[in-house]
Amino acid sequence: MKGIGKYFIFLSRLFVKREPLKTYMKQIIDECVKIGIDSLVIVAIVSTFIGAVTCIQTAYNMVSPLIPDYVISVVVRDMTLLELAPTITAIVFAGKVGSNIAGELGTMKITEQIDALEVMGINSVSFLGLPKIVGAVFMFPMLVILAGFLAIMGGYFAGTLTGVITPQDYIYGLRADFIEFNVTFAMIKSVVFAFLVASISSYKGYSTSGGALEVGHASTSAVTNSCIAILTADYLLAELLL
Amino acid sequence: MIKFDNITKSFEGKTVLHGISGIFEPGRANLIIGTSGTGKSVLLKCMVGLMKPDDGVVLYDGRDFTHATHFVQREIRRDIGMLFQGAALFDSMSVERNVMFPLDILTEMPKDEKLDRVNFILKRVGLENANNLMPSELSGGMKKRVGIARALVNNSKYLYCDEPNSGLDPQTSILIDSLIKEITEEFNITTVVVTHDMNSVMEIGDYIIYMYQGRKLWEGNKAEILDAEVPELHDFIYANKLVQALREEQDLKKNG
Repeated sequence: MKGIGKYFIFLSRLFVKREPLKTYMKQIIDECVKIGIDSLVIVAIVSTFIGAVTCIQTAYNMVSPLIPDYVISVVVRDMTLLELAPTITAIVFAGKVGSNIAGELGTMKITEQIDALEVMGINSVSFLGLPKIVGAVFMFPMLVILAGFLAIMGGYFAGTLTGVITPQDYIYGLRADFIEFNVTFAMIKSVVFAFLVASISSYKGYSTSGGALEVGHASTSAVTNSCIAILTADYLLAELLL
Repeated sequence: MIKFDNITKSFEGKTVLHGISGIFEPGRANLIIGTSGTGKSVLLKCMVGLMKPDDGVVLYDGRDFTHATHFVQREIRRDIGMLFQGAALFDSMSVERNVMFPLDILTEMPKDEKLDRVNFILKRVGLENANNLMPSELSGGMKKRVGIARALVNNSKYLYCDEPNSGLDPQTSILIDSLIKEITEEFNITTVVVTHDMNSVMEIGDYIIYMYQGRKLWEGNKAEILDAEVPELHDFIYANKLVQALREEQDLKKNG
């Protein structure tokens, strides 16, 4: 509970007594590149394979001849939009970006770089944390859109190349009973998850004290806490919005 | 001038600073010395605002820093430069960007002017051709020089140095000490150096505070320190064989 309280104090320090917004612009752009562009490959690989596996496993489980084949792509589409694209990408994001943020800030803390900012009269929480959070909130939804597209494409190629579904059935399934709100839901989830990963990882890095060992602990802790927060938020959002 | 009065600080019931007071004048190197764990760094952190003292006040040229609002503290902090023990350079930035950083964030100076100022201060610390080097490419002594340059680039009035010689060889230590002393006199700034290095004390100690177990036990200058009659300070000074030899030589001269 003490940790949660400190996390909220950390969040409040992000927005009060900060530098003028123009100070952050270059950093926000740098963070967008670092967080977004550098995560493209891993997100692309993971989402393509998840889409492919979902397609194959759904086909494997559909033993009744009464269920039409296009249902396979309906399942791939809805699972991708509702759960796999935002949530699995967020878990991957926590592992890659979250550990990176915690490691970077943790190292800055133990090498007194954060103290150097404070001595200059700069609100270090806001100066270091805010660009990372804004960068993540801005870039992660784009990664989720990409992940969703690639997962559906992965399902298409896996399904059609192995012959479990025809291309026509797959495309028909993608269009059948489509609920537009599912895309909105995925975007809401992506913004919430990005905020959680970036803020929790920044907090963990910022509150590091000690040496190299503690920086490692902070990185691990950032990933595990981010994953727990993602899954909790995932459940709460599903309860609230669906 | 920095005046601090009755600075007291405790951690979880254990008092580490017991009402420390003193005045640091500009244009001279003011040293805080003492053994490890005696509260020197905590005092320094209370003075620069990295920690809030439980009691007491720090005044910068009469301006109350300890009880000031955030915005007043921020204004005062812009006059403070600090050299950290490990230099605390930003790893991802070149030497030039490290030194320019305070100007980028704290001033509205045009870019050309900032570059001129950076080049001037880098030249002053003896690093005129190091603009594009990264911190990982610098030696310990060079890092300290860049740290000093960054601390002074914004025309700081107060320079704090936390263990400026830690991790440096004796020759480089002397160079850094000399640089601190020269800069202090040249720019007439108030310099505060936390150290336990007796060589530094004898080299640049214009005004010295000796701390022991969170208390100020002695104050004076380098000419007076060898004759100080405080047993704890005596033990601290003469733990250094060089100073011991110096004292023996002085005694021999005195006794003919």
